[in-house]
Amino acid sequence: MTEAWQRAFSRVPELLAAHVQISVSALFLAMLICLPLAIWAARSPKVAAVALTLASLVQTIPGLALLALFYPLLLGLSALLGGGISAFGFLPALLALTLYALLPILRNAVTGLSAVDPAITEAADGLGMTRGQKLYLVEAPLAAPTIMAGIRTAAVWTIGAATLSTTVGQPSLGDLIFAGLQTQNWTLVLTGCLFSAALAISVDLLLGLIERGIRERRKILAWAGMALIAAGLLIATLPLMIARDNVVIIGAKGFSEQYILARLIGSRLEEAGYKVRYRDGLGSAVVYQALSEGDIDVYVDYSGTLWTNQMERTDSQPKTAMLDMIAQWTHANHGVKMLGALGFENTYAFAVRPEDAREKTLKTLDDLARVSSDFNFGTDVEFLERPEWEMVQDAYPIRFKDARSFSPTFMYPALASGEVDVISAFSSDGRIAANNFVVLEDPKEAVPSYEAIVLLAPKRAGDEKFVAALNPLIGAITVEVMREANYMVDRTDDKKTARQAASWLNGKLRE
Amino acid sequence: MPVSGPSISLHKASRDYGTVRAVDSVSLEIAAGSLVALVGLSGSGKSTLLKMINRLVEPSSGTIRIGDEAVDSIDPHILRRRIGYVCQNIGLFPHMTIARNIAIGLELAGEKEGRAARVAALLDLVELPQAMASRMPDQLSGGQQQRVGVARALATRPGLMLMDEPFGALDPVTRDNLTDQYKALHEKLGLTTIIVTHDMAEALYLADRILVMEGGQIKADATPAQLLSGNVGAEAEALVAIPRAQAAHLIALGKSA
Repeated sequence: MTEAWQRAFSRVPELLAAHVQISVSALFLAMLICLPLAIWAARSPKVAAVALTLASLVQTIPGLALLALFYPLLLGLSALLGGGISAFGFLPALLALTLYALLPILRNAVTGLSAVDPAITEAADGLGMTRGQKLYLVEAPLAAPTIMAGIRTAAVWTIGAATLSTTVGQPSLGDLIFAGLQTQNWTLVLTGCLFSAALAISVDLLLGLIERGIRERRKILAWAGMALIAAGLLIATLPLMIARDNVVIIGAKGFSEQYILARLIGSRLEEAGYKVRYRDGLGSAVVYQALSEGDIDVYVDYSGTLWTNQMERTDSQPKTAMLDMIAQWTHANHGVKMLGALGFENTYAFAVRPEDAREKTLKTLDDLARVSSDFNFGTDVEFLERPEWEMVQDAYPIRFKDARSFSPTFMYPALASGEVDVISAFSSDGRIAANNFVVLEDPKEAVPSYEAIVLLAPKRAGDEKFVAALNPLIGAITVEVMREANYMVDRTDDKKTARQAASWLNGKLRE
Repeated sequence: MPVSGPSISLHKASRDYGTVRAVDSVSLEIAAGSLVALVGLSGSGKSTLLKMINRLVEPSSGTIRIGDEAVDSIDPHILRRRIGYVCQNIGLFPHMTIARNIAIGLELAGEKEGRAARVAALLDLVELPQAMASRMPDQLSGGQQQRVGVARALATRPGLMLMDEPFGALDPVTRDNLTDQYKALHEKLGLTTIIVTHDMAEALYLADRILVMEGGQIKADATPAQLLSGNVGAEAEALVAIPRAQAAHLIALGKSA
């Protein structure tokens, strides 16, 4: 086994435990909701119609969207109740997965309960059974195999969908898949897929055993299945029982630079004696909230992102003034400490091919405006909706011939191949330099500054050892070094892991 | 012959399903210990009338008494535990052994003592071998299953038996057998029995009183002998004509052979 596989596998036990924990919790909650509802629905066709329609409706919402939906919902609820509800991690994942598991359980339970032979229910009534006795002695045992089949389907769905809970900050085997996809580390992706598939298959087999035991009235089979599941549950969740006192959780958004910087911060904290865990692939909106609530301890954000998203500012300020204002704002509003800027920017940068820059004398965004009607614009999926694009359009009379969205991986090749003529690149992306693309200047400073800044959770703000471990990073990373580190992870040949790039970066810090 | 079965009395009992009147203001006295057959075509209201007695169907109007007690003065499940009920589809519980099926009424009543002995006695009573006790329902033939159905209904020693086409789904030989044996049981235990059937021959053979129903009303009320002698109405005559014609045909065949 190569080192890459070993490293990927070493992360499995803990993620598997979290994966099992969230899946099982969601499944139990869904059963708790569905079984009484199904009993009601089996007796009232109206209730059945409404409940099944709602459950089917939930099913049509993509899993990722459902998870994303719970984040603002819980935030609102928390605000309404005066705080105390975490919109991050376990709770939103639990709610979304529970909703997802409702349909198969509900549908099978209603089917199973209503499919009991009317002659048998008539006999039960004729013998003088009460409603409860009829349910307990006759209907439930006869519907049990069908109900069990529904639980089995729900279990497989839930285990699969739980990989998505990574995006709202709940650790799962999806951590491996998302991180692997972003850094194109297929070992990680395969490991994540392998273990979540293995988990789903073994749970399916064991629940199938219980289902068969019930259907064929072989109690031993059903008990054996249940015992095996209980044992598996215990073993799988064992890593969760181990105390995790004073573990630092480092957050990262879903792209290479964030993974690298998180590892860099992590390695320095480990040297200082902290135990470290990573929570990767968090959405921009989620991560700051998570920090302010103390769900994560530290992460790297960008000044412009906080400026526009959190502070909802649309004016532009000089770099240093802006950093001061952000530091004040985060401290005053959430007790979040801005440790300082790392020394490089990752801003939206308009990049063109070198030959175009030469032949059409393109140096600034003013020059771009001049030729824009002949240019096709390539951009990431969100830029056209972002306030920065509006700010640029307000400052420069740019009207492109056409605009197309790409994932970052394909945006750079699209410019190189001439499919588009200008892209909204990220200034610290190594692929700009690697392709010799020319970045156009922004003389009117329309795009706000995107200094990379280190933010600490309120509880770490006064931790001197913590601050001392990270202080040497402030002002120590140049954009050239960051680009090279990013390129190590993003390129297709001689690819490095985020950890390797972080360790290389640690050796290149500016004194 | 010890009579333990109660008398039954219906006063203007009706049952409506929407605009359809399934049972139309039936008034009726049934003496304790009688074996009454309710005969009629499909949709004549005979099953509905039967089920109104143990409140599987609630009457829309009118009163029904068992002995001195109005049925709607008792909780339905308590009422039903005192009445033996056998239906055409038998309705044995497929997930329970024959022994548990038979003893289920005792289980519901919370009687823990002597269940096994009672099951053994009931198996004897309906002439099933003791080895059946541990079998599952799907291992038994249709006739055996209906014997279990009768045993289950008798487990709590009810005085009144309501039977809804109990032998309708069985083959003629088994059916004949069971009819005979039930008649003997009815007398031995001193039951009051009301049996619904669409088969006039069965009713003539089994019952000591036959009620012919049509359109939710009782059109004829007579003993088998009176029915056979005629003059009890067109509806009854139409039903009696069939077995009579069959019998005549068989006799003619026998003579010519």
